[in-house]
Amino acid sequence: METVIVLSRLQFAFTVMFHYIFPPLTIGLGIILAYLETRYYFTRKPIFAAATQFWMKIFVLNFAIGVASGIVMEFQFGTNWATYSRFVGDVFGSALAAEGIFAFFLESGFLAVVAFGRTRVARGFYLFSVYMVALGSIFSSVWIVVANSWQQTPAGHHVVEMMREGIGPDGGSVLVPWVIDGVVQRRAEIVNFLELVFNPSTVQRLSHVLLGCVAVGAFFVLSVSSFFILKKRHLEFARHSMNGALILGLVSSLGLAINGHTQAQNVYRYQPAKLASFEGHFETGKADLNLIGWPNAEKERIDFDISIPGGLSFMVFDDLTFSKPVVGLDRFRPEDRPPLLLSYLSWRVMVGIGVLMIAACALGIYYNWRKTLPEKRWLLWSLVVGIVFVMASNQAGWIGAEVGRQPWIVHPPVIWNEDSTDLVVGEDGFYQYDEAVGLRTVHAVSPSVNAAEATTSLILFLVLYLSLAAVWIMVLDSKIRKGPEEYVIPEQGDEHGVKKASAARQHARLDNA
Amino acid sequence: MSFELLVIIWFILLNVLLIGYAILDGFDLGVGILHPFVAKDDTERRLVMNSIGPLWDGNEVWLVTFGGALFAMFPEAYASIFSTFYLPFVLLLFALIFRAVSLEFRSKRISPKWRSFWDVMFFAGSTLAALLFGVAVGALMQGVAISERGDFLGSMLDLISGFSVAVGLFTVALLAMHGSIYLYMKTEGELQQRLYGWMKGTWYVYLALFVVVTIWSTLFVPASLQHFRDTPVLWVVPLLNIVAIANIMRAIKQERPFYAFISSCLTIVALVVLFSAALFPNLVPAVNNPAYSITVFNGASSPLTLKIGPDHRGHRHAAGVVLYHHYLLDVQGQGDVRRGQLLIVDFEM
Repeated sequence: METVIVLSRLQFAFTVMFHYIFPPLTIGLGIILAYLETRYYFTRKPIFAAATQFWMKIFVLNFAIGVASGIVMEFQFGTNWATYSRFVGDVFGSALAAEGIFAFFLESGFLAVVAFGRTRVARGFYLFSVYMVALGSIFSSVWIVVANSWQQTPAGHHVVEMMREGIGPDGGSVLVPWVIDGVVQRRAEIVNFLELVFNPSTVQRLSHVLLGCVAVGAFFVLSVSSFFILKKRHLEFARHSMNGALILGLVSSLGLAINGHTQAQNVYRYQPAKLASFEGHFETGKADLNLIGWPNAEKERIDFDISIPGGLSFMVFDDLTFSKPVVGLDRFRPEDRPPLLLSYLSWRVMVGIGVLMIAACALGIYYNWRKTLPEKRWLLWSLVVGIVFVMASNQAGWIGAEVGRQPWIVHPPVIWNEDSTDLVVGEDGFYQYDEAVGLRTVHAVSPSVNAAEATTSLILFLVLYLSLAAVWIMVLDSKIRKGPEEYVIPEQGDEHGVKKASAARQHARLDNA
Repeated sequence: MSFELLVIIWFILLNVLLIGYAILDGFDLGVGILHPFVAKDDTERRLVMNSIGPLWDGNEVWLVTFGGALFAMFPEAYASIFSTFYLPFVLLLFALIFRAVSLEFRSKRISPKWRSFWDVMFFAGSTLAALLFGVAVGALMQGVAISERGDFLGSMLDLISGFSVAVGLFTVALLAMHGSIYLYMKTEGELQQRLYGWMKGTWYVYLALFVVVTIWSTLFVPASLQHFRDTPVLWVVPLLNIVAIANIMRAIKQERPFYAFISSCLTIVALVVLFSAALFPNLVPAVNNPAYSITVFNGASSPLTLKIGPDHRGHRHAAGVVLYHHYLLDVQGQGDVRRGQLLIVDFEM
């Protein structure tokens, strides 16, 4: 059983991290596409159409891999986490189904129009389709974040005993609690759908996720256009893209910092053990903000510690006295604490790269304004590779969120004392979670899956995703190297000519393909 | 609305999603199954692949939605089915994705070895996916051994029986026929002439396996007939199915491929309905103890979820959009391959 848990967790982590390369790119590029197509609609300047076409190709590629790797995620809840699925299906399943039904259909339906229909449908309808595709990808993320936020800060539901038909005292059939081996079977059921959707962390986390996606989009555009500027190719296109993307990048990075600050405060309120792990904060009391160090879980301290005294007290409470007490890991039993090192490091990677993102965009805007940006080759090269770090930052954020939620798969709520200064602890000095309203990760896997099966599937997914990654990089590289193609505005009634032209091109492609 | 009614509405909606998926990804997979046999040279192979190029991921969205709806509305069944069919489903995902990758990867190099490799992958992925779907359907019809909580008690080998393999092969034949009719609509000239023979050939194989599976399930899978005794009106479905099957051949002989395609879609509808009718009210029949069976009633979510769960109106809208896109690409796009104006695989536009 132990092995199956580890393997299932590894498999989920691996597949979801692979999957999460694509949604941020899709969401980020979707917003940029909507902007470019709007500009084209009103100005009719071919450069905007050319830009839309170029990014659209990349968008479609990412979308396709996102869909394929998304199916794997959906299947895994059932294949590997059957007990979890039974416990939360009523609540969590609804959010997932909502995603499939609203967003996926919308997005896929209009995607074909956007990908193949520029010369086939009216301009207005084309613009509308671009909007729907962009909105669809945002909707997808909304429902996924809602589902995940409910795992972090559950609300809008109650945990009830499952009822089965049994024989009543008078011999008739009545509903009685379902008991297996002396254990009453329970599950979470929706009470209030709106409360579920707007659970205490949804809004904060969703803003953070979406800003992260916008930053990915902006840095992706920055990466490609810096590359073109360095290689002195497609200069007009590159300059236009650069100007917009620098501003978008700066705004989203600053937004991430501000929203990240309030979100951390929210994490403290609902998942104090998670924040304490992020910060390596062991002792409840006035808290320092650790800048450099290495957490030592055994000795419960940070080695090589450089800290701002009282800094964490300030960050958590906006407390100018730098002294308010912050709940630390010492309030939790060792088995109730998240894995320390991974939480601590992922949190730092995310924040650290975030700071670099702000700096890179600010410098870019400054040099751009001085018109010396093309000479600053070091900055341009940094922007070319920057996208990898921005992606890493997104991934690190999710690692922190998910690892910091451990050992729970559904985190039970925490209860604070009256003035919210400390947790209500038991006689042994530890906080006692209410096991009945949460679910531990170790209790969530499928009992029927054995270690051999879990190993086989993990290997299969490794093979599959490595080849998929190879395809992706290969195709992406060729599309970027090809660059944007000049766009010829089709004249009214010239449909046939355009079709012919494209037919001729396709033929050529077939011949030398 | 009463709980029972809601449950049945969702059961029907799930059927609709399953039918949509089977029809749409069905011809996709069928084209893949036929690919190495009908296409003689490199250009033809590309043409065959391009006939489904822009459609496959739109088609698979139906599977995603089916999975999501099953999870939300019948979580007990979702958890039990997916963990019971652990390796088959992982292999299914592997096949579906690898097949999509080969669509894309094939044209990246000119080397014949490279191309044959991806052609083989495309064929193998499509065939394996069809086979696994069929085996899963067959195994579910027979029932599985589960614990009181619904966890599978057997091993993967218990899922493979003569009957489930027969249903698997039957599915491969069905989709090959469905795909050949689709391809026939999309091509012309020599390739189309060749496909004419394949339509007929696959139809005979399908018919033969249909007879085998029908007799087998009538004689040895008693549950499949239980409702026909209580609800005789259900006999309409197999009768319509036989009419549809006969009509496929008639339409092929009259050289009316679209008509044949519609008939082929109808036989898929009939088969999905028969499968559901055989199971109902069970979703997972337990062979070790019928009381452990997961039914649409004891496996469903709470009435509130069934009610507020993604409402039907939005769902119809969304399906409408997808159908419109199929209309644009499948129907209006008819003959595109003929004119040489290929719809290139998404990645390559």
